[in-house]
Amino acid sequence: MEVLIASAIGMMTASGIYLLLRLRTFPMIVGLSLLSYAVNVFLFASGRLTVGMAPIIDKAAAGYADPLPQALVLTAIVISFGMTAVIVMMALGAYLHSGDDRVDMNDSSVGDER
Amino acid sequence: MNHWIVVPVVLPAMVAPLIVLAMRNDLLLQRVFGLASSVVMVALAGGLLWSASVNPPQAYFLGDWPAPFGIVLVLDRLAALMVALTAVLALVVQLYVVGSGWDARGKHFHALFLFQVMGLNGAFLTGDAFNLFVFFEVLLIASYGLMIHGGGRDRLRAGVQYVAFNLIGSTLLLFALALVYAVTGTLNLADLAVKVASLPPGDAALLRVAGVLMMLVFAVKAALVPLQFWLPGTYANAPGPVAALFAVMTKVGAYAVIRVYTLAFPTETAATGTLFADLLAPAALVTIAVGSVGVLGATTLARQAAFAAIASMGMLFVAVAAFQPQATSAALYYLVHSTLAGAALFLIVDLVADRRGSGALHGASVPFVQSGLLAALFLAAAVALAGTPPLSGFIGKLLVLDALRDDMVLVWSVVLAGSFLMILGFARAGSHVFWKSQASAPDDQTDDRHGPDALAFAAVFALMAGLAALTVFAGPVTAWLDTTAQGLHDREAYIVAVMAREGEG
Repeated sequence: MEVLIASAIGMMTASGIYLLLRLRTFPMIVGLSLLSYAVNVFLFASGRLTVGMAPIIDKAAAGYADPLPQALVLTAIVISFGMTAVIVMMALGAYLHSGDDRVDMNDSSVGDER
Repeated sequence: MNHWIVVPVVLPAMVAPLIVLAMRNDLLLQRVFGLASSVVMVALAGGLLWSASVNPPQAYFLGDWPAPFGIVLVLDRLAALMVALTAVLALVVQLYVVGSGWDARGKHFHALFLFQVMGLNGAFLTGDAFNLFVFFEVLLIASYGLMIHGGGRDRLRAGVQYVAFNLIGSTLLLFALALVYAVTGTLNLADLAVKVASLPPGDAALLRVAGVLMMLVFAVKAALVPLQFWLPGTYANAPGPVAALFAVMTKVGAYAVIRVYTLAFPTETAATGTLFADLLAPAALVTIAVGSVGVLGATTLARQAAFAAIASMGMLFVAVAAFQPQATSAALYYLVHSTLAGAALFLIVDLVADRRGSGALHGASVPFVQSGLLAALFLAAAVALAGTPPLSGFIGKLLVLDALRDDMVLVWSVVLAGSFLMILGFARAGSHVFWKSQASAPDDQTDDRHGPDALAFAAVFALMAGLAALTVFAGPVTAWLDTTAQGLHDREAYIVAVMAREGEG
């Protein structure tokens, strides 16, 4: 299980970073989503991986699953969902205004528009 | 428990949705409610500042859960100082926005503005690392909306870059927090300080990775080289008053570094030692160099102001990286000064660009109607940022240099050479924009776009008055900041305030 989770996180991070470096808005957004999936699984694993344990501390139980990372993951999922929606809208706006979906800009016109 | 501690977060969180839901089509009502809540925030922040000055750090337990199980807000002198600085800056910027009519150029300015203030206050008050992440996201998502306020092609494209850069930063912060939790089992900063001190040596490497990752994120926020690339494009393309408010956003990064690394990873920790100071110090020196060369070479006024902001962050971090009380006190003085001065410069640049039609610093000089007032204000802001007498920039730089006598050769030469380059850059810009470009006023004033904007000038003068006050009262202010820095470095009072209730529950 450890190998599976570790390699999944690694592959999602690597693909996410590769897509981010494409400098086009759509691959970049997909890359950001992949990165946020990777970090969600990573957060989940920070409470140690357990199988079939209850998330409640009980003196009789053999062990327990840490519930806190699950709460953290929920928060992170909600936030990254909202952020993805924002960046999709902004990227669409930028594409429709400029007819170009490149992320990088040339400096000559920057800062002159009001 | 002092319930006033939570009000700086709750008040904007209540008023902003009210503005969106009940008065979305009425600009006058939005302005009244926005300004009223900013005035209340200033009064509240003043009260908190007084309360923090006379009391030891106070913790506010949300839901009355004892730390480290619940989330805590902590009011100490540093947090109160930052909240007060934000409140004053927010009020001034809001006056400017109303005076210059920026809020009429798009919808929901005042609601987004209040959400931004809520995120800033939350980030300053929280005593929990994950909560810090959440408030970062609150202030970022509001800043995305503010940054593209008014629309336009370049602004949207710069906005996409800004959002993408910050989303990567947020992801990194989550990786760092997961690592911290995996190693120590806590995300409460005071509890973290206790746990890190007694960490088994086997976990030290993981903790160092987490600490460096977290520092990278704070460096993104603070625009520290090599992570400063997002700042010039963002600040130069953002609406002027929004860029002025963003002057305090870079300071969030500085605040987070001061808070987390003095509290949880002080230099005497066995696991981390002086690792963070060793990484920060060279980055800060390079930041000063990049910022001041950028001021000299900027193509527009707004970009020049943005590079001045980068240089001031470098200056601030040179002092922060020393991680000792005298330098921290100097850093805090410079932080207050550079926030006010940077915001003033962005507002002045917006006023100039409004009258001149462009902020370009190349090509033929553009004549525009001026009375000398704008030129004088630009001179004052340039003097403050470059750090020449008589304004507080000089005192701030002097305090930093005095605190860093040990590395005199390197630090002093970089700081002084940087200041010289900034003087040159500002002098070049001022002579290009203001000299020999006087135009006489047209006979018909009909094309005046904004009408009288006395309120906008009043806002700029308020910032200048703040700088003057900071200069005149430098003695009492530094004495207060010395005690603040002392309190940051002996962490006992903070930890006791948060953890004392553990036994009761």
